[in-house]
Amino acid sequence: MLINIIFSIFLGLFIILMAIVAVQKKNIKVAIIAAGIVSLFSSILYLILAAPDVAMTEAVIGSGLSTIIFFYVLNKIQKSDV
Amino acid sequence: MFRKGLILILLIAIAYIFFSLVENYQGRDELSGISRYYAENAVDELGSANIVTAVVVTYRGLDTLGEITILFLTAAIIGFVLNFRNSEHEDKKRFVQPASEILITASKLMIPIVFIFGIYVIFNGHLSPGGGFQGGAIIASAVVLTILAQNEKKFNHSFIAAIESISGIGFVVVGIFGMVLAGGFLDNRIMELGEFGTLLSAGAIPIIYIFVGLKVGAELTSIILNLKETQNQE
Repeated sequence: MLINIIFSIFLGLFIILMAIVAVQKKNIKVAIIAAGIVSLFSSILYLILAAPDVAMTEAVIGSGLSTIIFFYVLNKIQKSDV
Repeated sequence: MFRKGLILILLIAIAYIFFSLVENYQGRDELSGISRYYAENAVDELGSANIVTAVVVTYRGLDTLGEITILFLTAAIIGFVLNFRNSEHEDKKRFVQPASEILITASKLMIPIVFIFGIYVIFNGHLSPGGGFQGGAIIASAVVLTILAQNEKKFNHSFIAAIESISGIGFVVVGIFGMVLAGGFLDNRIMELGEFGTLLSAGAIPIIYIFVGLKVGAELTSIILNLKETQNQE
């Protein structure tokens, strides 16, 4: 039980760190990867907090599909002259 | 200077709101209100081992219908906007970079496993964590892996659109059957509840979840495919 609490606190701190990286980095590719890591670790946090359904959704949608969509859109707006 | 002061005031206001939330927080030892009703009666009434599934599909089934409608609208708008803008320079020659050897070899092993895992999650939505939405997203991520590994592969758009339409219509039809034969819209007691905890139990929940999974998988796949096929690489 105590180990779970300590692990959750470390995960939360890491998530906050990665969120700051995602906002502050000038390199957008690094920022997208950091946002994906935020989703991945928050899905582990949901699993510890006994919400496996939400954890599954977060892992697939948040860190998988939306990262890919961000990369496609980034490629699209870099190549076009918008 | 004025702007920084404004930001500071805003931060203090947000901190005050959260502080008053934390200050009045009291941990509860037991459920209350409607969550207590769900926890006590879901198994007896609906026969679903996963109470989250019972809430999502039956008690709050209308919300699920709204969710997949929003997803459908998103997919439709993305497809419309991208195809509209791309039709002007259709004949531009496309250069596609081949995928790396590691990705191609790993995808041959991984794609069937991910597909089967997605189907497993959909079919066991009433027994284990997960369900239609999660399983559909897993299937869509298997398709994404296919797209990344095999750049030249062509997908049949009308087939994906047909799966999406048929499963959407099926979802609503099962819901209306629930209104006619049982207690209300999306009621799962239109079939026998079956033995608790087996694969073919919980009435119509597996059928509804198969429709939801197919619809979500088709929608997410069509979003990714539209984005991929309108990449203007030169």
